[in-house]
Amino acid sequence: MLLSLLRTHLRPYTRPMLLVVLLQLIGTIASLYLPSLNADIIDKGIAKGDTGYILTTGGWMLTVTLLQVVCSIAAVYFGARTAMSFGRDVRRAVFHRVGEFSSREVAKFGAPSLITRNTNDVQQVQMLVVMTFTLLVAAPIMMVGGVIMALRQDVGLSWLMLVSVPALMIAVGLIVRKMVPGFRQMQTRIDSVNRVLREQISGIRVVRAFVREPYETKRFDVANADLTNAALRVGRLMALIFPTVMLILNASSVAVLWFGASRIDAGQMQIGALTAFLTYLMQILMSVMMATFMLVMLPRAAVCAERIQEVLGTQSSVAPPAAPVTECQTRAELELHDVTFQYPGAAAPVLRNISFRAGPGTTTAIIGSTGAGKTTLISLVPRLFDVTGGSVSVDGVDVRELEPDLLWERIGLVPQRPYLFTGTIASNLRYGRPDATDEELWEALEIAQARDFVEEMPEGLEAPIAQGGTNVSGGQRQRLAIARALVRRPEIYLFDDSFSALDLGTDARLRAALRPVTADAVVVIVAQRVSTIMNADQIIVLDDGAVVGIGRHEELLDTCPTYAEIVESQLTVGAAA
Amino acid sequence: MSTTPNGNATPNGSATPNGSATPNGNGHRDSTGGKMSDRSAGNGTAPTAGAKQAGATQAGAAQAGAAVPSRLPGRRPGGPPWMGAGMPAEKSMNFGPSARRLIGRLSPYRLELLVVITLAIVSVGLSVIGPKILGRATDVIFSGIIGKQLPAGVPLDQIIAQARASGNGGFANLLSGMKVVPGAGIDFTRLSHILALAMLVYVGSSLLSWWQGYILTGVVQRAVMKLRSDVEDKLNRLPLPYFDRQPRGEVLSRVTNDIDNIAQSLQQTLSQLLTSLLMVVGVLVLMFVISWELALIALVIVPVSIITTQRIAKRSQKQFVAQWAHTGALNGQIEEAFTGHEVVKVFGRQREVEDAFVAKNDELFKASFGAQFVSGTIMPAMMFLGNLSYVAVAVVGGLRVASGAMTLGDVQAFIQYSRQFTQPLTQLASMANLLQSGVASAERVFALLDAEEQSPDPQRPVTVSDPHGRVEFEHVSFRYEPDKPLIDDLSLVAEPGHTVAIVGPTGAGKTTLVNLIMRFYELDSGRITLDGVDITTMRRDTLRDEIGMVLQDTWLFGGTIRENIAYGDPGASEERILEAARATFVDRFVRSLPDGYDTVIDEEGSNVSAGERQLITIARAFLSNPSLLILDEATSSVDTRTEVLLQRAMAALRSDRTSFVIAHRLSTIRDADLILVMEHGQIVEQGTHDELLAAEGAYHRLYHAQFTAAAVDVDEEAAPSPMAGAGAGARAAMIARQRG
Repeated sequence: MLLSLLRTHLRPYTRPMLLVVLLQLIGTIASLYLPSLNADIIDKGIAKGDTGYILTTGGWMLTVTLLQVVCSIAAVYFGARTAMSFGRDVRRAVFHRVGEFSSREVAKFGAPSLITRNTNDVQQVQMLVVMTFTLLVAAPIMMVGGVIMALRQDVGLSWLMLVSVPALMIAVGLIVRKMVPGFRQMQTRIDSVNRVLREQISGIRVVRAFVREPYETKRFDVANADLTNAALRVGRLMALIFPTVMLILNASSVAVLWFGASRIDAGQMQIGALTAFLTYLMQILMSVMMATFMLVMLPRAAVCAERIQEVLGTQSSVAPPAAPVTECQTRAELELHDVTFQYPGAAAPVLRNISFRAGPGTTTAIIGSTGAGKTTLISLVPRLFDVTGGSVSVDGVDVRELEPDLLWERIGLVPQRPYLFTGTIASNLRYGRPDATDEELWEALEIAQARDFVEEMPEGLEAPIAQGGTNVSGGQRQRLAIARALVRRPEIYLFDDSFSALDLGTDARLRAALRPVTADAVVVIVAQRVSTIMNADQIIVLDDGAVVGIGRHEELLDTCPTYAEIVESQLTVGAAA
Repeated sequence: MSTTPNGNATPNGSATPNGSATPNGNGHRDSTGGKMSDRSAGNGTAPTAGAKQAGATQAGAAQAGAAVPSRLPGRRPGGPPWMGAGMPAEKSMNFGPSARRLIGRLSPYRLELLVVITLAIVSVGLSVIGPKILGRATDVIFSGIIGKQLPAGVPLDQIIAQARASGNGGFANLLSGMKVVPGAGIDFTRLSHILALAMLVYVGSSLLSWWQGYILTGVVQRAVMKLRSDVEDKLNRLPLPYFDRQPRGEVLSRVTNDIDNIAQSLQQTLSQLLTSLLMVVGVLVLMFVISWELALIALVIVPVSIITTQRIAKRSQKQFVAQWAHTGALNGQIEEAFTGHEVVKVFGRQREVEDAFVAKNDELFKASFGAQFVSGTIMPAMMFLGNLSYVAVAVVGGLRVASGAMTLGDVQAFIQYSRQFTQPLTQLASMANLLQSGVASAERVFALLDAEEQSPDPQRPVTVSDPHGRVEFEHVSFRYEPDKPLIDDLSLVAEPGHTVAIVGPTGAGKTTLVNLIMRFYELDSGRITLDGVDITTMRRDTLRDEIGMVLQDTWLFGGTIRENIAYGDPGASEERILEAARATFVDRFVRSLPDGYDTVIDEEGSNVSAGERQLITIARAFLSNPSLLILDEATSSVDTRTEVLLQRAMAALRSDRTSFVIAHRLSTIRDADLILVMEHGQIVEQGTHDELLAAEGAYHRLYHAQFTAAAVDVDEEAAPSPMAGAGAGARAAMIARQRG
């Protein structure tokens, strides 16, 4: 998963990537060359007392150092650029893919999860790429280069590398392998400590009312002790790493000197080579260690990559039509024919065999208890979902064949949980029709019974709206969402339980004001309150995904027991107490 | 360390990574952030803002990749690039005092810390001596080589004189600085002794260093554990107004994110700070011991590298701030687009949204590329400086060995020292940011610990021996804010076993009234008595034990349904729990759940409906068997068919108990023994339903406004007072239909 993600999205950057490798190669060779020059200073300069040679070689060392820094910085430049381009591209790909999703896919992943995948997960993988370019690429080069240079200095000592490199790898690998589950355990325990605290704070009144502070404290103490134990385990393992690594490095130096000495004594090696060998061995070991640590990042990045790929690999269940219909014969007509909707893999369909027709100037109400499928039904019209059986037609054309823009143009949706965007009241109202005039906005507000509170705001239409519309009350948010749909002047109005946060008076006035505006339009209202829908032209009673009654209020009271039950429950609540 | 390298360089205190002042955070964000179902990929517990996420990622990366390797004495000068520049430098208000106080929290572990410091000194000392010893080994080898070339049996002085005489002055100088035995090869006995000593020193250093880290981990973790439990204790002693005053997310962030941050900073910095400082001192001392001339050369590098690091860090800091800001903005955009997905779609805005995203995404790319590049140059720069000093030492050292002023082993040791020297310096610089951020977190936690507590319970509390549940308010006044009187001179009596209903518009002070009985808030004047005893003379828990409360807010904790009911009385037997469940209709829906009473209620409570949650809270209160009952809008936003159940459940709960009932719906309280009509914090009317209707006052108006409405659901958010909706005729018609 990680690899294929990297392969796909790094392909456009093959050239800069090769450049990074090349630059790292040169930089590494340069820094590997320095000890070699130093060895020359010792062997040819110091041992012979040749100060001129020492100075010339010193000059060389300086040049090599300069070359090294230039290459490193250039490598960082291209590496960072490529990694960040990669991140940008993946973010964009994910965002684009989610944009194509229907509500079904969004619901499947969940919006918060999609957000995390688009932001945090991409960042994790991007970080891995950065690290790879700046460090991981250099490590094997350094290692191979170091080995070559060390061999050049002395082949006889090279067996030392065969001992110390694996020793270091195994030691660090073992500790890290024990640490990774430890970290995971620690994270879950941090989460549980936080959960206890979150519950304490959000339920503080209940905790105090039931005098359960001691109990909560005990619960917390257990979680706290668990966390501390996990942290101690991890911390102690971590404390082990540094001394272990140092011990292996230092022991290797000692070994180099001891075994090197006998080789020098036997005349097989020069003293300068010994010093250089020592430096190379250290460089090799350092790069091995770096690489080992870097590999710790891999599992986490792999998980993130998998989650990203999951999004990228999901196809929208609502595909745009291959040959879209761009013109409609009739106006303001909605028809559902034998509609069935079932989630893939679900045992039972959410909606079964639903048929009804709504013409211009009529109001259709949908009522039923929670989970009856009302919202799903309404979502089929703008193709937030596609039917799994039967058809939905708007203006005589199956919505699956209609050009999507044309379809959406016809629909004014007021969702159950009205969502407003960051900006101003005006920018939100114009969401569906950017060229609407201020007068038109006020008109819509007037109908939506929102004029008063907008007028009361010091900035009026320009009053700021926070993300999600959290700075206005639920009832205000709902009315603004209604106004937003009105500004669009659609042919089909879909109100999904949009009047629930309104008091009865406002509800009634709003519906009255709506009537003239929607004279030529189809209005579909999902509601809980009988009073809201009593006057609808047709009421569709849904129960468990099926239509159990269609008709006007009076008819249904007689013919539909479910409807009668709903009406009764709303009337007798008071009497029961 | 009080004047950190980044001291007052970057004024970015506002872009806090830990969430108190989130760039575009608001309540909504907090709630979604907290609920993110899959946080496995993120570090943060409650990603209050994008900035936080970015910060966490940076920090996470730094930990994963750099925490340990960067500590290694450098054959590779300079730490990894992202340390130092990658961490958000979050500024504290009072660095000194707060840091001292944080350190002060370690004082119970004085003894351990003393051991830690001693171990660190010895361990660092040993590791610093190591290269010097190895240098001596090199000298032995070098002497052996040279000695072998010289004729055996000839005194050294003679050979030197000969060399000088033959015009080989350089060689003569070299020899004069060495202990050479002419003719003898490498002295392997001596070498083995030296190397054995070196090995011993290294093993000792590593062992002590590990021991030191082991103890220190224990100290830090225990100190943090204590801090956490102190904070938790404190939460229990804080008065409720404290929680009202600030958003929950804010308090939560302090007790979770901030403490995590402190733990991390302490764990990471304390040990490194100690070893790095000791290392600098130790290495410096040995460098001067070997050669003060070379030491001075190496020292020149120090200010240069500090200035370089600082300059780069300062520039990259700016870039990082920009990166966080852009990340935050982009995350906000993504969040909006995904949360408002269907609106975006149906309103045909997909293209615009995507264009805006691409633009922001590009900006983020530019900023993060800048940040990454600038901070990425730190390592090459430091490496360059390190190499410069390496070259200088190699050349000057070489010249001095050639002139006999120094031994080769000393030069070799010195090279190692000079590389070890820059390493801890870079470390210290990079730790400054981590430290800053940790102390800033500590400061916020301390602010919470210092917050004013509720008044302590009385020394000799009064208890009510045989509670009847008679409640009396005597001239009670209370206000949340000094300039806004809320309840003013209010008096009332609730007789034992009576039901007192409180009605009135939103903001009239109904909930406040019952909160005062619970002693969630302290009165400004007057007193409240329970069975004749002033509630302020009782212990809070004794008082609250007498009271059962069902709130509008259906708070359940993450546990099974059984546990949640048992919350009302931890010692309750299974039969009593079931009895409570049956009496409150919980039993009915629990039976239909696959796991029954063992169904775990998750944090969002998605597996039980709002009505069911409410029923559980009623069962909870039922089980606690209080003598006084408070029902605050216990039926709100619930399916009308469920509501019938709720009403019945509460009726069962109320029988034979003094009850305070707050209700919007007047139908529910018709049979109350006393109805209080509140407006603007005062009781404007009281009496029974019939009396009040007859009086044709405020209650009469409220009642008729509501009963002309056909349906029942009135939302308090939108409507302060219920208004007439569909006509009374419609209702009559419906009823007629029903019955006819």
